[in-house]
Order: sequence, then structure tokens, then C-alpha cells
Amino acid sequence: MTAAQTDAAQTDTGPTAAAPRPRRRINLHVLGPILALAALIALGAFLNDNFLSAGNVQNVLARSAFIGIIAVGMTFVITAGGIDLSVGSMAAFTAGITILAMNAMIEPLGVSVFTIVLGMLVALLTGLAAGMVNGALIARVRIEPFIVTLGAMGVYRSLTTWLADGGTLSLNFELRSLYRPVYYDGPFGISWPILVFALVAILGELAMRSAPFGRHCAAIGANEQVARYSAVRVDRVRMATYALLGLLVGVATIMYVPRLGSASGSTGVLWELEAIAAVIIGGTVLKGGFGRVWGAVVGVLILSLIDNILNLASIVSPYLNGAIQGVIVILAVVLQRERKAED
Amino acid sequence: MTGAPILAAKGVSRLFGPNQVLFDVDFELRPGEVHALIGENGAGKSTLMKILGGYLAPSSGGLEVDGTPVSFASHREAEAAGVVLIHQEFNLAMPLSVEENMFLGREWKRGPFLRSKDMQAECRRLLARLDCKVDPRLRCRDLSVPERQMVEIAKALGQDARVLIMDEPTAVLTARETDVLLEQIERLRAEGCAILYTSHKLGEVARIADRVTVLRDGHRVACREATGFTEHAMAEAMVGRELSNLFPPKAVPGDEVVLEVRGLTVPGHAKNASFRLRRGEVLGFAGLVGAGRTELMEGVAGFRDASGEIDVFGRRVKTGDPRATREAGLVYLTEDRKEKGLLLGFPLSQNLTLLALDDFTRGGVRIDKKAEVQALARAVKEYDIAARDLTMTAGGLSGGNQQKLLIAKTLLADPGIVIIDEPTRGVDIGAKSQIYAFIAALAAAGKSVIVVSSELPEVIGLADRVVVMHRGTVAGEVEGEAISESAILRLAMGLDEKEPEPA
Repeated sequence: MTAAQTDAAQTDTGPTAAAPRPRRRINLHVLGPILALAALIALGAFLNDNFLSAGNVQNVLARSAFIGIIAVGMTFVITAGGIDLSVGSMAAFTAGITILAMNAMIEPLGVSVFTIVLGMLVALLTGLAAGMVNGALIARVRIEPFIVTLGAMGVYRSLTTWLADGGTLSLNFELRSLYRPVYYDGPFGISWPILVFALVAILGELAMRSAPFGRHCAAIGANEQVARYSAVRVDRVRMATYALLGLLVGVATIMYVPRLGSASGSTGVLWELEAIAAVIIGGTVLKGGFGRVWGAVVGVLILSLIDNILNLASIVSPYLNGAIQGVIVILAVVLQRERKAED
Repeated sequence: MTGAPILAAKGVSRLFGPNQVLFDVDFELRPGEVHALIGENGAGKSTLMKILGGYLAPSSGGLEVDGTPVSFASHREAEAAGVVLIHQEFNLAMPLSVEENMFLGREWKRGPFLRSKDMQAECRRLLARLDCKVDPRLRCRDLSVPERQMVEIAKALGQDARVLIMDEPTAVLTARETDVLLEQIERLRAEGCAILYTSHKLGEVARIADRVTVLRDGHRVACREATGFTEHAMAEAMVGRELSNLFPPKAVPGDEVVLEVRGLTVPGHAKNASFRLRRGEVLGFAGLVGAGRTELMEGVAGFRDASGEIDVFGRRVKTGDPRATREAGLVYLTEDRKEKGLLLGFPLSQNLTLLALDDFTRGGVRIDKKAEVQALARAVKEYDIAARDLTMTAGGLSGGNQQKLLIAKTLLADPGIVIIDEPTRGVDIGAKSQIYAFIAALAAAGKSVIVVSSELPEVIGLADRVVVMHRGTVAGEVEGEAISESAILRLAMGLDEKEPEPA
């Protein structure tokens, strides 16, 4: 279009006329999830006076933190054209291993902060290792991510049940009392999960937006061949997305264990779907090539707010929570597609 | 070339938003003629073809079939009227068989069941008409590119096509395959088909066309009998100015060997290939399609597993590691722009810097976006990339401008050695001469370039020395005055080989 485009550039009088068009579209694109979130907050405040109270906000945010931290990692995996169905089971397994490790360390080390710190390290390493196994099977052995992580989902779920012998793994009571504040307390009255979630989200956003890692993830998701021919180390980046997600599952588990002090075969059930749903609601493209970390954060908040509002206001049964969340995910994808049709 | 036109466009204009790409264009196709439509990329050829084929509606003006005004609501209606557009990118479902493809969407049935036998017989009959001996039970995935083309044409014939619109049918064919295709086109013409033919290869146009219409910037600038219309005159009509020599003067290479490849084997594609590249040299790589040139070069650049020795600037480079090869100063510019070269959905700047992203990263973690934007502004100027605005995506550029962007991207890594595979594939003549000038300028600046090309004039016009490949091996080398089409072709066909060819 050499000539036609030169013509167009002249008639459009350059940037002044051309700039607003793409910007308006991007705005709609960007505003969608934010508007939905704002509407939910307004609705919540309207239905229940208690909704905006510090206690409730704290509660919603802290509960969002587990899925939120995982969703940040999931954003990178999905942006690079992958998927991870195993994170829920992986969280349960990591929690189980962490509890067993902490309990075992009481004998030599006693009930101490040191024991807890070592336990946290175990959680991080377990998550990282599990993520790397997924990553290696996907990037090096080249098995479909759906298949690998579907398999891993069953494996970790089953291992957790086996470790717990069909019941529940409980953290030593005294250790739990010592560990408890990690979920319930924090500096300036903001609990630790919220702070960690915020930190992970900010670092994730920076990595996606302005680091080579994020750019490479998007390039791989958009067209793996082009990425390869542009000297991007595709296998390594892909591996890193799963390892990062595993590590973040470890981080989420560190926050989760002190909340209940136990793990069982039903810990973290459906977390993977909530995390994926949050990522998609946030505007990340399911087949890869474009990802938005802050979108995933908004997505998580939307999902938890729906749950919270249903619990607070007794208009609709909280049992319908799943149904409403499901409809929203489908709606988000429909909106994404219409956006694409405009291009 | 007799009788009234089957299909005609009368005063057709077309706008895309505020951009008008066709201005009041007349075009007609008579039974038994090949009417060539030529023009630079962006001249409006594709738009006119899509309007004729029912894929687009004209903004003003109209179409006539057999002298009666019609308006096609969709390409299906056009096909029902006997007008079939054969796309450059094939519309074949690769995992399905030839027969299934040929009858896709219009299967012959008896009750709820398929009449496979009958369809296969019909399929054979249609392919036989084209002198093509493909088994209808083969899957399209297993066919060669020209065979797929034949299947597309046979599919069109199966729909009783009277008008065939062929969008650059020979772009991916070798010289021999092109001959076969042109023969089939002549056959169809003799049977009374009207054929609209587009190609960037003007030699073909001169050979096959009865009439030629030239489009420039959406206007019809010429429509005449092909007889006496020389290639040079066609090119000038397309560009609208006099063409000086397409190829810039060749630079004199230095003595220093910057790339030495010894005994490189790319399993399944290239055997025991050795060659040298000197500083400031443009080295041509010729050979028939399938001779293993691209695969060998991908092996050299680390994109394929290979065994052998590669020395870049005197340093041994590990095979199969594209990043190490790039860091050693060698980059490879792919022939497959859309699938391996550019991220079409990404902004220009992100495409530009992807290969050299390290140079735009501060402190190892932060991409300097300001520097990216500046780099894009420089590249747009330096490589004359016609971009509507700098925030557009690469997919919105025309083929020639995409190729220039790809060149800019590759050179941004500041390599000492560039391997350019098919530098001007799908690029119009104006951009072509610019790209040739870039290549010559690189060599003049002391960089070394390998040009892999299927177009012999290109290799001959650019290179100081030409390595010719035949069936995965280096068949020979011609240099300086000895470079000629016949010398290259003899080597490419394996005619100069002393040893008898093993089966």
C-alpha cells in the first residue's frame, strides 16, 4: 500500500487526525473491567451499609490474595500461549508438604520463628519445583500444556489425599498460634496477604509492561516461530512462566496455611478455574499474545466482590455464586471477541 | 479472445474509511482470454480482484455478467455465476483429502450418505483436465505446493467456473512448476475460460497474457494488447516513472574471511556443505526450490540442528544456538515474513526491537520505550517505510513495507554478517530497487551479505560470487564474469556433476 498509505497520511493530516481513533478503542478496551468493578462496588455499597467498612474491605482483599497471587503468575503463562490447570492441586500439595515439614522440624528446632521461616522456604521450593516439572514437560518434552497440567492436577490432588491418609493434615497447635499473624495481622493494620498480593501485582505489572520477559511472553504467545527467529529463547521463557507460577503458588500457600492451619484433599479445589477466569476477565487473550497483569487483579476483585455481595445482601442465594461468576467469564470473552471484530 | 465480455467492472470505485483505493476503474474479461492485471503493491489489484470475486462490494460503479448488471452479495453468489477467485494463500483444509476438499460444502449425497466413489471419479476427471496425476485420496497436507494449486484450480472448475481470478499463482512456484501452470492456463483458455492473472513476474505476464491492464494508485493507467508491451514498458507504467538500473553497482569485497562453514550437515536437507564469505561481499545462493538453501542457512544461523564447523569472525560458534550466533555477529532474515519474521498484531516499534531487545534494556530489566520510539522514527526514515502512523501494527503495512521493517529489525542488531533469504518475495518493483540498494550499501559499509533467492536475475544482479546448491549439496560456485543464468542453472540441475546421481 505504498502509495495509498502516503495519500492517507497526507489527507489525515498526520498524527492529529490519526491519533484519537486508536486511543478511543484502547480506552473502551481498558475501561471494561474497571467499569465492571466500579459498578460492583457501587452495587455493594447500595445494598449493604457494612460493605465499605474497613473490616469488610480487609476481608475481601485478604481472601482475594491467594487467587490473586496465583492469577498474576497465570497471566504470564496464558500470555505466552500456555495454560496451567494444576495450580489448585499444587497449592493443596504444597500446603500439605509445608505442614508436614513444619511439624517434623519441631522435634529438632522447637516451636520457633526459625521453624516457620524454614517451612516457608519449603513451600516456595515445593511450588517452584512443581512448576518446573510442568515447564520441563511442556517446553522441553513438548507435551501440550493442557494435557501436562491436567495430569499434574490429578497427581497432586491424589498425593495430598494420600499424604493426609484421606483426612486432614493439621499444623501443630502451638506452631499455628505463632504462624497465625501472617494471615491475620500486618503493619499499619493491613494484613500481610494484602501487602504481598499488592507487591506481587506491582512487580508483575512492571515485568509484563516494561521488562523483556513480558515482551518475550507476548511474542511467544502471538507467534512462537517469529519469537524463535528473533533469537528469543522460547523454551527458557516458557519454562520460566511455569516456574514463576509454581513459585507464586508457593507464596500463596505461605499465606494460606496460617489461615486454617490445615490441608486436605479438598484444599484449593477449583482455584485453577478461578485464577484462569480472573485472567480472562482482565482482558488477557486466552490463546496468548496479549496479557494484562492489572487486569487479572481487577478480575480477581470482581470475582471476590460478587461472592461478598451475595453473602452480605440476601437477594440472591450465595449458592448461585458459581453461576454468576460463570456468566461473567463468558461475557468477558464475548466482549473480547467483539473488540477484535472492530479491528 | 472473441465475443462479448463475460464479466466486466464498470467505473468501479472503492473506499476504505476515508481512503479511496480504486478510482472509477473499468475492467473486462472475455471468454478465451488471459487478461493480466499488474501494478505495484497497494495499487488496488487485490481490491479489484476481491470486488470481481464477490468478496467486496464496490463503493460506486457496478459489475456486469454477460452484459447484465449484477451485484454479488457474497463470493458464493459470484461462484454461482461462474466467477471463482483463487487465493494466493490456499483455501484448503490440509488434514482432509483432495476429494474431500474439492467437494467441501457441496458434497454429493445419496440420502444422508456420501457418494465417495462418484466424487472420487469426478475429482480424477477434473484433475485429468489439468493433466495433474494426484490421487484424490491423498491428504492435501501431503501434496506439494504446485499440486495444491492444481487442486484449487480443479475445485474451481468443478464449480463450472467460466472466470478464474488468479492472485499471484506463481509466487511460490519454481521455474519448472510455473511452466506447468502456464501450460494449464493455456489449456483452460483454449476451452473458453476467461482468466484474470496477476503476477509480479512480468516475464510471465508477457508470455501468457492476451491483454494487460495496469493499475497505479487505484487508477487504471493502461489497458492494451499484450503484444508489443515489453517488460520494461510494463514496469514503467506500473511505477509511473522511468526506471533506472534496478541493481546498484557492486562493491569490491575485501580479503578477510568473516564466515567459514565447513562440512555442515542439516539432517534431511543439506549434506556436507562448505563455503566462505569475505568482508564486504555479497554472496549469492541459488538453486531450485527444495535444494536445501533455506534449511542450510537456518542451520548456519542456529535455527536447525546441524553438525559441522561454523566460524564467525574467526570464532567457532556452537551449532543450534541462534542467540549465540547472533551475538557472534551473524543474523538471518527469514523468507517467511508472516510466519517467522514479524508479529503482525504487534506495534511497529515492538517488532523493530524484538531481535535487539537487549540493546534497549536498561539494568537488565527495564525496556527503554523512549529509545524504542526513537529507533522506530529513525528506521522509518532510513528505510523509507510508509506507515500511516507510528502506533499502527505491522500487519497493517503492505508487503514491501513489511519487508523493509523486517530488514530494519534485522539490521538493528548491528550484525557483521546478514543472511537474507528471498529479500524481495511478494514485494513490488519500487520497493525492490530500494531493497537492492540497502543490500549494496551494507556491503559497501564493510558488512557481508548472503542473498538466497529463487529469482536468478536478483542473484546475478547483486552477487559477486554465487554458490549453487543441488539436492542438499553445494554443486559449485561461479564468480565474476562467469555468472550467468545458464551457468547457474546447469549447476542447479546437477548437470555438471561428475559422479552419477544415486537414484
